Amino acid sequence: MESFSPLPAAIGGSLIGLATAVLWLGNGRIAGISGIFGQLLPPAQTVVWRLVFLVALVAAAFGAARLFPGIGMGGDVPATLVEAPVALSIPTPAWLAVAGLLTGLGTKIGNGCTSGHGVCGIARLSRRSFVAVAVFFGVAMLTVAVTGVV
Amino acid sequence: MPHLRSSYLTTAAVSGGLFGAGLYVSQMVDAKKVLRFLDVTAIPSGGWDPSLAFVIVPAIVIMFIAVQWSKRRTAPLFDSSFHQPEYDKVDMRLIGGAVLFGMGWGMAGICPGPAIALIAFGPENLAIFLVTMLIGSYAGSMLVPSGHERRLADAR
Repeated sequence: MESFSPLPAAIGGSLIGLATAVLWLGNGRIAGISGIFGQLLPPAQTVVWRLVFLVALVAAAFGAARLFPGIGMGGDVPATLVEAPVALSIPTPAWLAVAGLLTGLGTKIGNGCTSGHGVCGIARLSRRSFVAVAVFFGVAMLTVAVTGVV
Repeated sequence: MPHLRSSYLTTAAVSGGLFGAGLYVSQMVDAKKVLRFLDVTAIPSGGWDPSLAFVIVPAIVIMFIAVQWSKRRTAPLFDSSFHQPEYDKVDMRLIGGAVLFGMGWGMAGICPGPAIALIAFGPENLAIFLVTMLIGSYAGSMLVPSGHERRLADAR
């Protein structure tokens, strides 16, 4: 457990929980990032608050990295994405393009991601979200085990 | 239109800000750390990183309290009703979508929130992931009717 970090994890998780609570109690909206992002495209009617939410999200990540450098990434450690597994000899951009397509398509068809189903749906005791979370965590773990991307 | 009032947009900004700070502090923006959580094959060797469980549990607990509290109210502070997801059936679309998303998450180690938060740090190839994610989402909306349409179809 070289990198186990329960304290930053719990503080960050609490901030995420507060974020979902604020949006629910204030505006009656589920803070599901895939939905907020996906509905920026037509035929969305309420683009403005979604844009405001996402711009604030990026700005706060930037600000937090300046205030607390070295906790996550982007402070003294340059942020990087994964590289494609060497054994598969696939270019990394193609690997990430496939991952991006699957993420966009899957979250749209399944109506949610780690935030919408994982945090909000479980907290609402939604049957759909319990199933979705079990499936996408299970498949993600299987994918990591099979591809050896770590 | 309540959606353009400053109170409504300020709430969206505060929520987005808390979310972005939380994604950074929790290290969800570190794709490799996320993958070390998802890599359960490392449990026997002691190389598994269980940190992400410590992210999602407090988040769920806080949201759970907010949801319970909201049940005693008829409306949120700045809109006329709570926007509950409309469709409540477990169907093959839900499962199929979760399978595809699980594959994407396991390949890249970033789900939609961290992918967007990472714009702040501009890692190489992020634009490819974001553009393909948007294309995938758009393709999905062409393939699958929304929850609202599905509920109406079920009611007929």
